Amino acid sequence: MQRRVIFNNKILPYGLLAPQLCITLIFFFWPAFQAVYQSVFIQDPFGLRTQFVWFENFKVVLSDPYYLGSVRVTFIFAFSVTSIAMFSALWLAVMADKHIRGAGVYKTLLIWPYAVAPAVAAVLWLFIFHPSIGLLGRALREIGILWDYKLNGHQALLLVILAASWKQISYNFLFFLAGLQSIPKSVLEAASIDGANSRKRFWTIIFPLLSPTTFFLLMVNMVYSFFDTFGVIHALTGGGPGKATETLIYKVYSDGIIHLDLGGSSAQSVILMMIVIGLTAIQFRYVEKKVHY
Amino acid sequence: MKKLKHFITALFVLTTLITFISPALAQKVELQFWHGLAQPLGGILEKIVADFNASQNLYQVNATFKGSYPDTMVAAIAAFRAGNAPHIVQMFEVGTATMMAAREAIKPLHELMRVANVPFDPKIYVPAVRGYYSLSDGRMMSTPFNSSTAVMFYNKDAFRKAGLDPEKPPRTWAEVRSYAQKIRAANAANIGFTAAWPTWTQFEQFSAIHDTPLATKANGMDGMDAVLMINSPLHIRHVQTLIDMQKEGSFKYGGRDSAGDALFPSGEAAIIHASSGLRARILREAKFEWGVTMLPYYEDVKGAPKNSIIGGASFWTMTAPKRTPEEYKGVAEFYRFIGQPDVVAKWHTETGFLPITFSGYDRVVASGYYKQNPGADLPFRQLTRSEPTENSRGLRLGNMPEIRNVIQEELEKALQGQQSAADSMENAVRRGNVVLRNFERMSRP
Repeated sequence: MQRRVIFNNKILPYGLLAPQLCITLIFFFWPAFQAVYQSVFIQDPFGLRTQFVWFENFKVVLSDPYYLGSVRVTFIFAFSVTSIAMFSALWLAVMADKHIRGAGVYKTLLIWPYAVAPAVAAVLWLFIFHPSIGLLGRALREIGILWDYKLNGHQALLLVILAASWKQISYNFLFFLAGLQSIPKSVLEAASIDGANSRKRFWTIIFPLLSPTTFFLLMVNMVYSFFDTFGVIHALTGGGPGKATETLIYKVYSDGIIHLDLGGSSAQSVILMMIVIGLTAIQFRYVEKKVHY
Repeated sequence: MKKLKHFITALFVLTTLITFISPALAQKVELQFWHGLAQPLGGILEKIVADFNASQNLYQVNATFKGSYPDTMVAAIAAFRAGNAPHIVQMFEVGTATMMAAREAIKPLHELMRVANVPFDPKIYVPAVRGYYSLSDGRMMSTPFNSSTAVMFYNKDAFRKAGLDPEKPPRTWAEVRSYAQKIRAANAANIGFTAAWPTWTQFEQFSAIHDTPLATKANGMDGMDAVLMINSPLHIRHVQTLIDMQKEGSFKYGGRDSAGDALFPSGEAAIIHASSGLRARILREAKFEWGVTMLPYYEDVKGAPKNSIIGGASFWTMTAPKRTPEEYKGVAEFYRFIGQPDVVAKWHTETGFLPITFSGYDRVVASGYYKQNPGADLPFRQLTRSEPTENSRGLRLGNMPEIRNVIQEELEKALQGQQSAADSMENAVRRGNVVLRNFERMSRP
């Protein structure tokens, strides 16, 4: 008797895939298509008058100095958030992986921030750093630092970067910790016996073996800082002061929802979509080659 | 087990009953009403809606909270595009131009009342309120409901500490500045003067009070081709005053929109320009004696001070395919109901919004409310202290929310020291005019 492992049913696999495909089509492809479609029209908010304008919306967006400023802010923001969130998470994971008393408690507590909704996280930060009612905000002013993120663009950007990173550290921590725990102890022990100190062990064994996790997190963090940080910015600074914390995704929101410029906002989201597709492609093409699986 | 059986039987009886009764309920014409007032204001509004439903048996208005004003606006627009707009939507004052430009999507108030044959007199509304929601020929487009205006609140305890007479609040900008300096010098409060809603209080209200145009074409009321005029010498002078006051430490920028509100009830700021609606919060939170007075003006400006203008929201009637005359009639009846003196008086005293009709105001005066709550009628007196001029009737600028943001951004840059007062106003005018032209183009028939 030979046991067949080949699955013969032709329809069932598609049936099983269908729900996921439907969700993807309805919630991802259809809106994306709508955005592309909208981006070549100028339309009043109610959809009563529509003019086809070819690529005028793109031209306007790309020649707008404020848009280019927003691109700059976004890259600074994304780069800072990704590096802060990943480095501190890695450091925390390495620490928590050691045999210390109460490791379980630390691990649990470190995961908590992930459960906090972005808007709530932002409000927490607001109550800490508000220049007149925040605890640390007041303390900073008392020791002579002119802390006022409502008027100082650099401080505002720093604040949203810290808040957004803080939120993401837990997520990264979780993955790094899991990655660390899957590294075979025997390899590390062998290295210790050969006289490798902990720094050496980290850079020659742990870090390379963590690279799939790191690569995965790099992607997730980039996407997070591009798309998911809206709530933090909205609740903390609303894109201000001036336009100091207006990232691309925030600009899409404010132009589309607040300013009701559907064509311009769609053009921006198409550009944003292409930026992220491009970044992902670059990462898979070049960074992934250096990753050990 | 027996309990469960009883329960199921009861449930069965109940469902049967409901099935029989609901056709009787369904005979009422149902009207959807979307509003953007969070608690506690939303609850008070819904109570008024419930009163309307109880007052007659033909119509049933279903009030639904749809989030903040911008959220409500976006929800209504999306619903209109899908063909099922609510019958009534509450829209903030800066959305007025957008709604007016949406010709087929709305049913103007004057037309609604005529078609529904419901008696209606626009004259019951206070001119500054009526003008804001009317075409330049006087035909009203939407139904005013919750209106506020900007006033100046001040901390009497801080005034005393600084050696100032708490019964003599500042009237002019020169006085505001010297009072704020004294408050800082005596360290009676951390902030001398601040302002919430910076664009609304320091530009929109400021222009109206000084009888100075914010934009051409009677602030946009007479046509969509208006251009901004906030680069006038008076506006630049005012921004310079704010910059100077900030430098000497007597003024502190409180953030965008309502962010500055928190600074007054906490005792942080001694003087604030804010919405008259802040009164309720101050009453609840402030642990000091406070007073309220009219917004200041520059004495040397001819014609100042004029009446202030309103903020807040109004109710718009929206269209949808298959909407029946009977439904419009119900909407008209609802509007008539909320314009009654009792309803206006109740809304005003319970929320701190303005009494928007003279009859409503008289009702409140007669009740002795202002005797028990001194200062509660000040916003109304400021709003009605003069006959509105072309510059103090209100604003009708397309995409006003975006223009407000532009002005806030340019003001912030000026306060950061990145640009001069004149440059900031030039930039605001240039960028704001782009917004206006885009709106004009988008709304062209």
